[in-house]
Amino acid sequence: MVSTAETIQRIRRSRFNWVDMFLNALRIGAIVFIAVGLVGTIVKFVGGEGPSAEAWRDLVVGGLAQGAAYGLIALGYSMVYGVLGFINFAHGEVFMSGAMTSFFMASYFFDTGLWVSNFVLALILVIISATLTATIVAVLVERIAYRPLRDAPRLIPLITSIGVSFFLQYSAAFLFGISNKSVPQPPSWLLSKVDLFGLGWLRLEATKLLVIAIAVVSMIALYLFVERTRTGRSMRAVAEDKEIAALMGINVDRTIVTTFAVGGAMAGIAGSLWALLFRGVSFDTGFLPGIKAFTAAVLGGIGNLVGAMLGGVLLGLFEGVGPLLILDGWGIPGVSQLKDVVAFSALVLVLVFRPTGLLGERLSEDERG
Amino acid sequence: MKRKRMSTLVAGMLALALVAAACGGAEPPTAGPLGQVEIADGEAIQIRSFNAITGDVSFLGIPNQRGVELAIQDYGEILGHPISMGTGLDDLCSADGGQAGAQTIVSDPQIIGVIGTSCSGAAGAAMPLISDAGLVMISGSNTSPALTSDLAGTAASDYHPGYYRTAHNDLFQGKAVAQFAYNELGMRNAGVIHDGDLYTFGLSSAFQEAFEELGGEVSVFTAVNKGDTDMTAVLTEIAAGSPDMLFTPTFPPEINFIAQQIGGIAGMEDVTLIGADASLVDNFLEIPEAEGWHHSGPDTRFGANQNSLTGVSGDDFLSAYESTYGEAPSAPFWAHSYDATTMLLKAIEDSATDVDGTLYVDRQGVRDALNAISLDGIIGPITCDDFGDCGAQLITVIRNDSPSDVEAAKQNVVYEFAP
Amino acid sequence: MTNGQLDWRKVIRTGLLVGVVMVFTSAIGMVEDFDERPVVVGILSLGFLALFWYVPRAAYKVGDEEVLEGMEVHPPTFQNVIAGAAVGAIGGVVLSVLVFAVNALDLRGVFVRLSPQLVKTLTFSESAADPNLAGVLVLILISTVLGAVGGGLHLVSDKLRRQIVFTVGAVVVVALLEDVISQILRTFGLSALVRAIYRDAALRLIPAIVVAALGFFVGGRERGGESRIRAYLADPDPTQRTRKSLFVAGVVLVIVLVAPWVLGSLLSEILATTGIFLLMGLGLNIVVGFAGLLDLGYVAFFAVGAYTSAVLTSPLSPFFNPEWPWWYTLPVVIVIGAISGIFVGTPVIRLRGDYLAIVTLGFGEIVRITFLSDAAAPWFGGAGGIRNIPGIPLGFDTISGSDPEYIMYFAAALVVLAAWVSYALLNSRVGRAWTAMREDESVAEVMGIDTVRSKLSAFVVGAILASLGGALFSAKLGSIFPTSFELLISIVILVIVIVGGMGNILGVAAGAVVLIGVLGGPRQPGLLQEFGEFKLLIYGVILVYMMLQRPEGLIPNIRRSRELHHEELSQDAWLGATPSEDTAGEGAPA
Repeated sequence: MVSTAETIQRIRRSRFNWVDMFLNALRIGAIVFIAVGLVGTIVKFVGGEGPSAEAWRDLVVGGLAQGAAYGLIALGYSMVYGVLGFINFAHGEVFMSGAMTSFFMASYFFDTGLWVSNFVLALILVIISATLTATIVAVLVERIAYRPLRDAPRLIPLITSIGVSFFLQYSAAFLFGISNKSVPQPPSWLLSKVDLFGLGWLRLEATKLLVIAIAVVSMIALYLFVERTRTGRSMRAVAEDKEIAALMGINVDRTIVTTFAVGGAMAGIAGSLWALLFRGVSFDTGFLPGIKAFTAAVLGGIGNLVGAMLGGVLLGLFEGVGPLLILDGWGIPGVSQLKDVVAFSALVLVLVFRPTGLLGERLSEDERG
Repeated sequence: MKRKRMSTLVAGMLALALVAAACGGAEPPTAGPLGQVEIADGEAIQIRSFNAITGDVSFLGIPNQRGVELAIQDYGEILGHPISMGTGLDDLCSADGGQAGAQTIVSDPQIIGVIGTSCSGAAGAAMPLISDAGLVMISGSNTSPALTSDLAGTAASDYHPGYYRTAHNDLFQGKAVAQFAYNELGMRNAGVIHDGDLYTFGLSSAFQEAFEELGGEVSVFTAVNKGDTDMTAVLTEIAAGSPDMLFTPTFPPEINFIAQQIGGIAGMEDVTLIGADASLVDNFLEIPEAEGWHHSGPDTRFGANQNSLTGVSGDDFLSAYESTYGEAPSAPFWAHSYDATTMLLKAIEDSATDVDGTLYVDRQGVRDALNAISLDGIIGPITCDDFGDCGAQLITVIRNDSPSDVEAAKQNVVYEFAP
Repeated sequence: MTNGQLDWRKVIRTGLLVGVVMVFTSAIGMVEDFDERPVVVGILSLGFLALFWYVPRAAYKVGDEEVLEGMEVHPPTFQNVIAGAAVGAIGGVVLSVLVFAVNALDLRGVFVRLSPQLVKTLTFSESAADPNLAGVLVLILISTVLGAVGGGLHLVSDKLRRQIVFTVGAVVVVALLEDVISQILRTFGLSALVRAIYRDAALRLIPAIVVAALGFFVGGRERGGESRIRAYLADPDPTQRTRKSLFVAGVVLVIVLVAPWVLGSLLSEILATTGIFLLMGLGLNIVVGFAGLLDLGYVAFFAVGAYTSAVLTSPLSPFFNPEWPWWYTLPVVIVIGAISGIFVGTPVIRLRGDYLAIVTLGFGEIVRITFLSDAAAPWFGGAGGIRNIPGIPLGFDTISGSDPEYIMYFAAALVVLAAWVSYALLNSRVGRAWTAMREDESVAEVMGIDTVRSKLSAFVVGAILASLGGALFSAKLGSIFPTSFELLISIVILVIVIVGGMGNILGVAAGAVVLIGVLGGPRQPGLLQEFGEFKLLIYGVILVYMMLQRPEGLIPNIRRSRELHHEELSQDAWLGATPSEDTAGEGAPA
């Protein structure tokens, strides 16, 4: 094996020079582009132009909050990829089902008065119901659409998941109506800014802090679950090698269902946080965040849970801060429109520098395809 | 065997008799340069609704199509012929959809006119076909200046004969908002957000031009993407220009997110907020954060206005709409589509010749009749200029003081603009 | 039904499933919306067809026996009818529960289409005031009878069963294709016949009976056409096989060339759109099917071609407008397409399959948003797009979207080009390199295949084909907007390739015809315009169903199909040729 890898290395070294040249040019170009943009923005900032220091702080917090939601969704992509090795396109729709449930529960509590009289209880109930719905949807999808394809080539479940995604999205559109659904306003204490640690300059929006806090707690819980529990260990074993895991007495089918359930639960939590954060839900709510979360999972190194969270948070930050920080420095008009360009370019650049993502393992040569 | 021959004979004689009857009767009128449509005795007159009835713009297209349906019901028959709109066609709110739908329409020689499209992008691709085939198309909600003229006598690049509309020309709305903001509110520095939609982009550009012409400054002209939820960055970008007003003709839900998140942005607390007709819908007007927003748009106080051809008033229409479809219309252009339909039917009636029960409708005649039309619609007086702008060009601005009572908010007109 | 006994649990389960399907069809508003569209005047509407079609099918299926080798086969008995009826009855009861629920509670706060209007439609009543009990009973009765009929199909001969299916199918197809059929009849001056057959787009009763009889007759004929073609194409000798495929393709081509003048402009339009998507499908087939590179941003090259051509031809191009004739732009389109292929291909060349997927998706979005953005508006018009694209000058006339017949010829020509390129490349050195690379990249490399060059050449050829498609698209449409190049198009093209049969030229053609021609693309109407807003929902169902039932595609690549039905499927590891164990290994959670 070693000799094969060496042979390949030798062949590559002899041939790939111009590709490397291109990639190096790209790397250098990107660094220069980012540096010039940064300098431009700093010059502007020093000159008293552009966003104020408070505005930058809010941008960072906003990016973190959105990134936390991306991270939660990305976990589901990463876990399913780890265990089954395919991209579950329908995961964004699982997230949407959680957000949709949150909307209906929140409106119900708003009508009964609980939303106003005891917001914390209402919120907990909303999150629980959203988590339950998303879990059920994820498990049902696995049972109906993916389990029969367990041994098929990987493109087959990928296409199936695109089909499931269309189906769930448009079912929601026709069942619940296509209009945007406004989640009721949370109490005023949550909408105002809180002065964190009494520092004065760390006045942050309470909603965003709450969202970040819940996301962090969920991620830690998930991490402990995967690392410390018996079920978590069997998940890792199945991801490592299904056949050997089965030989070790692990019920592979049940473990896969658990993976989908846990991924769905995280997406459900993300859905309710999304509803709380943006207060608007519609049938296509899952589409774009789904793709961004998938991007985040790859950014962090797909199959790696910490990587998924990190990727999500970074992607949120890039999106929130990047356009103003880098593009505005170049004097490009309408930079907010280019938010997704920044996000996807960041992905390309990270992969140009690290082909397996931030925390992805270096693949040995013969695994790389 | 004998019987069969007999029946053949009878059939032959019958056919002969029919031919004789057709020849012996009055001559059909000579067709004009665009040809004519022949509608046999008892057959329906064919028109079509061609609106965005699917996808994210269906909140606009569906009320348009229902406006057509109700107008056909109210108008009754034309010279003893019923009117049929067939299956509602979909313009898919895109150039592709417009072209393909137009192909469907022109391939049926019985169709005389079309009510649509909902979206200007679809109309641009549909009109070359519709115009070439000698049909007419009247839109209730296209507002792009490129489809008609600059309102100063020069045809725009996408104008084709046979195109008419009852919606206003966006050249005016941009101007109206600019004048309202500059003269009435004393605004001097504006931020603008569109969403990359052909319509919002056009209106934003028109506003920018008019506002700068008046002497104002557009400090930031930027955009979000459809599907964006986090508006912190775009609002920070706007705030960096320290404007005293924000104009954003975006649709829900993006405008909802803008309204909900603007409170948390430093420097945007006292900024005057103006939206356009895209957000003149309950879905936005009823959220608490919509309080204090201004909205430009067509004059929607048509409650008491009566369509002179059907005698139906705006209020009558709304109650009929609700009893038929179980909900209130989700966009205000139903009235424009209703009036457009009655216009078309009147033009057909005016240009039709009845020969022994067979109706001949001259295509050029329909266009001539439309050019000469004058009637009172639900939207107000309707007459067409040389390039198909037929609607009342009155633009109003409302201020939403009562998100809890959306109807009252829609009536709260603070500014009127007529060129 | 083991041992010829009724398996009641299975019957109840199927009955409940039928009920759920009917409730779902009602709750998404399909029954109500489609009720407006009659199929046979005064008898059947598309709404009730959508509501009930599943009843006989499920009732038939419930009686299916899984026949394994060595098992005793039980002849179908009257119990099949009873089981079918039970399935229908249970389904009907579930549906009637919905009717009562809608009447008792106002569910519209959550389910917008569960309105009194729906109850009115479902119970055949004039007013929605009170649940029409008789109507509900009729509903259950119809469902039961349909179930009994479905179950009863087990009792009749295979031939008669096929005849019955053909009878029903013929009526539905002839009614749904009203647009096309009446236009063909009009071409031959038979307007009177159109009026005799159809009223309000629906079949009149007598013609419906005639059509049903024809269906019955055709269904009675020995089947064989399809399987004979299949057998003809399944020649074990690969060169013979491709030659035969080409022959069939040639026959199809001749039909296509004559078609526009018989079918009229509407069908030509649909065929032209199908052709453009087919062209892109063939291009993507080279990238995904031959070289095994999963590209989810293929629409980017389509956009680049369309914009290149538009900028060079349109007088309204904002920055640079040389107003060339369309023909002159083609070399530029090819060059720019190739450059963009290299530009996208090089950074991703070292990435594994799924990383490649998301990065190409990202490139697709970057290209679309750039064309859309205000930042690039001075060059490409931003959201306002580029309008007044003049079309293709042909000496005697300028061909644009108003002449779909000629556009269709152009599309057909490009498709032939793409098919020829695919065929030629596949049997060339490059093609063999792709195959080897797809199977196992490491081995391929050791064997001396330059994988970088192979991958890039696949990207470049794919990009050129898509950008040629874009150039034709811009001339056809006359104006282009960034909204025409959204992510959904990339996904739909990929779906065409895979549903049709990856790696097979005829398969891709079948995919394009079924998904774009018949159903319609995301922004392109197809033959069945009736499905309108439900199109993508139906797309989703078809995709899942296809992948579960026929993963090799409509017309599979023989070799890949063999792989798929092989025991060691997992060893195939479609992408990047990474064996599945390794995939799982590197995907371990931290």
